[in-house]
Amino acid sequence: MKSRPKLLWLQGVTCNGNTHSFLNYPHLSYILETFEFLYHPILPATYTLEKIASCTQSCDILIFEGAYDPRMMRAGSRMETLVQHYGSTANTIIAVGSCASFGGMFKQSDPEYITGVGFDREIAKGPFAKSNKLINLSGCPIHPEWLGYTLRMIADNKVILIDEMHRPKELYAYLAHHGCTRNEYFEWKVDAEHFGTKEGCLFYKQGCRGPMTHASCNKILWNDVSSKTRIGSPCFGCTEPDFPRTNMFETKTNMSIPQDVPLGISKRSYLTLTGIAKSFRIPRLEKRLIDDNT
Amino acid sequence: MKSESEKSVRTKKEDRKTSIMQTALKLFSSEGFYTTTMPAIAKKVGMSVGNFYNYFSSKDELAKEIMLYISSVLGEQLREINMSEKSVREKIDMIVKMYFRIAQERPELIEYFLRIFLSNREIFTKSCSGMVCVSDFVTELMLFFDDGVQSGVLKDQDFFSALGLFMGYLGGMVFLNGEEVLPQPLHDYESAIAENIYNALRKQ
Repeated sequence: MKSRPKLLWLQGVTCNGNTHSFLNYPHLSYILETFEFLYHPILPATYTLEKIASCTQSCDILIFEGAYDPRMMRAGSRMETLVQHYGSTANTIIAVGSCASFGGMFKQSDPEYITGVGFDREIAKGPFAKSNKLINLSGCPIHPEWLGYTLRMIADNKVILIDEMHRPKELYAYLAHHGCTRNEYFEWKVDAEHFGTKEGCLFYKQGCRGPMTHASCNKILWNDVSSKTRIGSPCFGCTEPDFPRTNMFETKTNMSIPQDVPLGISKRSYLTLTGIAKSFRIPRLEKRLIDDNT
Repeated sequence: MKSESEKSVRTKKEDRKTSIMQTALKLFSSEGFYTTTMPAIAKKVGMSVGNFYNYFSSKDELAKEIMLYISSVLGEQLREINMSEKSVREKIDMIVKMYFRIAQERPELIEYFLRIFLSNREIFTKSCSGMVCVSDFVTELMLFFDDGVQSGVLKDQDFFSALGLFMGYLGGMVFLNGEEVLPQPLHDYESAIAENIYNALRKQ
């Protein structure tokens, strides 16, 4: 029998969100059959964490979950030592989640020391900074399909094209806005006044970051059926290096003018377009599409 | 792709349209919108009435195009101020001076906005509602306010509250000047007005 690629799942400072999200991957059995899991915090694996921490093994794929703190201890070994050892043996290093990619939520607890494994926010920093082995799967948490796609591409020996933040283009070239069912409201600048409604755009008042966030949440749906914007909650921009921002349920405005505008368009052009689009009243978009009370 | 001669014909037609609008503006401003007829404008520009309609299909169309033209002239001036490296305080000075200069040099532009566009909304409701005909100018004001708040100089507040304070004040002064109510020439008030606007809009 051909030996399977050896996969090691290491955790830094984490909430286990990506571990749990990946358990929802519908083709998990394929992954378990295709790769040998040397260690995983939840799934059956060949070795204990103690054995891994002794740095006597080698892996082909290192998956790192959580923010990177070089001083952190894992089964008696410094994280810095573990990462150096396994990073040097691996052909591919996958940072899963925004903490591992950019520092994310856990960077807040100690901003000076805690980073991602290859980036500190948007600046290349960390043990795998500028490494051509590094693939970032940012998100809080990642969609199980994103890691599934990456591992299957590796298993099939296919090239994964990445962007400047080391994210696979196939997954992150799009914006969360792409495929949003509220696009008609965005076009005509009709606001959503409340969370949880089917109608209205969440960009103007509710803090939605969809038009400036690289993510395929409205293309590869969550649980095959949903996304934040589809259930009436704003996109928080969790795949971007600046996540988490503050006041995530609010659109930052200056004298009613949005501070940030959709990616790639100048504020002057955007405001011109918005001003004109807002001038047209479209009664169909101003009322509930399906009103249960009538 | 269009040939050079086609482009030249197009440019000539645009230039002619602008020249008609400038003449119409002066007539509307001096004679009033409703009393000025299309044949009267055609006569003033030295054109047959039939040919005139090749440029503007109706008086309402002409009225709308004039408003777009004024917005673009003012918007261009504001854009230059916005793009300059000056402070927010200095930009307020520059905007006040620019507005009053245009009111003196080309009074018909401001007069049209105040006395025709704002006073005869029925002409503009169909094709010029909301920001459609004033977007060049209003967009630049939005950018000015946005920059002012982001740089920590201006107070964050509703856009229209700030817009009304700024442009309502300037429009009111130009109106009073047009009515010959002001004892001093308009430019004598520039620095006091700019200071008042700055004090009213700045972050306390």
